[in-house]
Amino acid sequence: MDRRTLLKAVAGAGTLAVTGRLSAPALAQSAAARTLRFVPQANLANFDPIWGTQYVVRNASALVWDTLYGVNEKLQPQRQMVESEEVSPDGLTWTFRLRPGLKFHDGEPVLAKDVVASLTRWSARDPMGQMLKAIQKELTATDDRTFKWVLSKPYPKIMLALGKNNTPIAFIMPERIAQTDPFKQISEYVGSGPMRFVKNEWVPGAKAVFEKFADYLPRQEPGSWLSGGKRIMVDRIEWIVMPDPGTASAALQNGEVDWWENPISDLVPLLRKNRNVLVDIADPLGNIGSFRMNYLYPPFNDVRARRAVLMAMSQEDYMRALVGDDKNLWKPLPGFFTPGTALYTEEGGEILKGPRNLDAAKKLLAESGYSGQPVTCLVAQDQPITKTQGDVTADLLKRLGMNVDFAAVDWGTVGARRAQKTPPGQGGWQMFHTWHAGADCVSPAPYNAIRANGDKAWFGWPDAPQVEAEITAWFEAKNLEEEKAVIGRLNKAALDAVVYAPTGFFLSYQAWRKNITGIAKGPLPFFWGVAKTA
Amino acid sequence: MLAYVVRRVVATIPVMGVVALFVFSLLYIAPGDPAAVIAGDQASPADVERIRQNLGLDRPFLVRFGEWVWQILHGDLGTSIFTNLPVTTMIAQRFEPTLSLMAITLCFAVAVAVPIGVLAAWKSGTWIDRIIMAFAVFGFSVPVFVIAYLLAFLFALELEWLPVQGYTPLSEGVWPWFENLILPAIALGCVYIALIARITRAAMLEVLQQDYIRTARAKGVGQRGILFVHALKNASVPIVTVIGIGIALLIGGAVVTESVFAIPGLGRLTVDAILRRDYPLIQGVVLLFSFIYVLVNLAIDLLYTLLDPRIRY
Repeated sequence: MDRRTLLKAVAGAGTLAVTGRLSAPALAQSAAARTLRFVPQANLANFDPIWGTQYVVRNASALVWDTLYGVNEKLQPQRQMVESEEVSPDGLTWTFRLRPGLKFHDGEPVLAKDVVASLTRWSARDPMGQMLKAIQKELTATDDRTFKWVLSKPYPKIMLALGKNNTPIAFIMPERIAQTDPFKQISEYVGSGPMRFVKNEWVPGAKAVFEKFADYLPRQEPGSWLSGGKRIMVDRIEWIVMPDPGTASAALQNGEVDWWENPISDLVPLLRKNRNVLVDIADPLGNIGSFRMNYLYPPFNDVRARRAVLMAMSQEDYMRALVGDDKNLWKPLPGFFTPGTALYTEEGGEILKGPRNLDAAKKLLAESGYSGQPVTCLVAQDQPITKTQGDVTADLLKRLGMNVDFAAVDWGTVGARRAQKTPPGQGGWQMFHTWHAGADCVSPAPYNAIRANGDKAWFGWPDAPQVEAEITAWFEAKNLEEEKAVIGRLNKAALDAVVYAPTGFFLSYQAWRKNITGIAKGPLPFFWGVAKTA
Repeated sequence: MLAYVVRRVVATIPVMGVVALFVFSLLYIAPGDPAAVIAGDQASPADVERIRQNLGLDRPFLVRFGEWVWQILHGDLGTSIFTNLPVTTMIAQRFEPTLSLMAITLCFAVAVAVPIGVLAAWKSGTWIDRIIMAFAVFGFSVPVFVIAYLLAFLFALELEWLPVQGYTPLSEGVWPWFENLILPAIALGCVYIALIARITRAAMLEVLQQDYIRTARAKGVGQRGILFVHALKNASVPIVTVIGIGIALLIGGAVVTESVFAIPGLGRLTVDAILRRDYPLIQGVVLLFSFIYVLVNLAIDLLYTLLDPRIRY
């Protein structure tokens, strides 16, 4: 019990003695023990997991909406709302049956028609969904609990598509809500997940509240990431948005909040000194830092210039600047896939390994024809990850002899400007910094950043047919061994073409009070199994 | 007097119109794209464009401005791009915390600054005066967030007397409401105390040199009566002016204070809206702030007539 609680209890006891009635602080303490107060990574500014694809929206949505399948901690999709599935021998017709007794928060049963509408909306926005839609012949409800998906081509990764944890997740909503245009925001937040969203207590930018859904039917299996029994151990979860890490740190130490999703590494030593606070790695899949070079304009329209940057860059410099000297938090990454996962490979990664050779890089840059023209480098100053990487890159480019036009902007400006295909002197750019969640880099399925299909590719518009050929081969791979072989070739091809520059792999921490148990490591905060004692 | 008030109120309309045009134009030319923020990193350029179209952001400036003005004339500030909630609802959610913070800060600052300003003038040139003016320099010089962190460290973390963050509505009890605002009000009030104390001192020093003060002393009026009845009332016009000007400071300071103490007020709402390019929300909040500022100025002008009967409009 902290001093403030003790002071309140003493005051409460005094009130009891004087008035003979139970004091408010005692009641409040009891309610507080059933409420989990959580500090999320960002503000929950909207609440439509299909329309807005920010991680914070996905994380909140996982409480409210359930999925047909869900990946476990081994990233394998497991049945969730689905009771059984059946695929025809030619792999073209999938028939899914829902578990009995599933209910939405408004009391209505979950029906196959709700699933069909939800999948239709999701498949308009999700890259895997779009692939499914492109080969879809029919998606229909055959009865209240059964729906059928007929394809023109086998799609072996359909269960992964329906259970993956990358945004947008295929959440199931009531048909009337799911019929909303996927490019317009929903305004009703009814799901069939383990918690109910309390809309009238939602203060965007400050607070979001979820209450336990009494009619939720958890699976019998133990909970593991998005799969298994999602058993909620508290009555209420309050998300308290704190833009200032110093305040969040103080609030956690003070017992005003219970769990902080993403403490910055500078504050971790302070938190570790507090005997009531525990700190551990948040997500073993971590993050991959990156910067992208624009394929459309010199100097980076020449692969030699892109390779020169890779030859000169030190991932250690980036990682030490980003997360400090704690070697548990980062590692070099001579490739594009998440370390520790089944498809991780270093094939073709030599260019990023070993001592850096600045002279050879300068020579290669000169061969590319670079002659001192300005290189516009967009660096968002309001995102610590991009700002730090940008500072390191500016130094790197200067050492390489490049003329850096360092554009210090905010993230909102980067978001708009990176989409500009105009020349750098006319509002365009040559380089910008970002990062990718490791969960999005476990395979090519959710990995938009590795695509190299020119105009259709992500910003920078890399054009590398070999990369695209290997991605197609991965989707058609029939087993893990085939997948691994393809990914090795893909990694090499992507590094040869320099689809983007990975600056390293880094982890982050989460912190919570000692009276909280059941917190798991994962790509999002899983609230099932998390309990709180007084 | 009534005619003056009516004239001033009517005069706010073109002022608000200019503010509206200025804000809208600035946002129009500012870089940034809410559609890109909404769509996220995985979205294709076509997806971003479709969201932009659905939000109506692809339409010409005059069409958008005209629609917005039409909405405002009908009492509708529009809908937030991100939350899909009416801007008026979002402002209403955030109004009480900011109003509470500003009111307590203002009361605290005036209650501290005016007496110490009077004291500094009375003891002008002594060590008391120097200490007070040194505090004023400190209050001006130290950023609000530094004071906020120091206060939070001392009173919330070390002594555990007060909460470090959050806001409890007044409807849930006076003490829980007040408890959350003590540290923010002190942090925000420091600069304000410094400003008012310096002006109070300067105004008092000038008044204390006047003949009527000498006359009052000759008549045997006590020191307290001279300071607070004869001098302070006559020195109050510049003090009231600076309190009014300081409300603008409070609005700016509230942005920082609300962020540090995680108070869900209008300051944080504004910053969040700007960073996300939530145009309707930015426009609504800025318009509200400018309206409040115009009203405060009007109230101060009217106060002059009460404080100094020689002033007539």
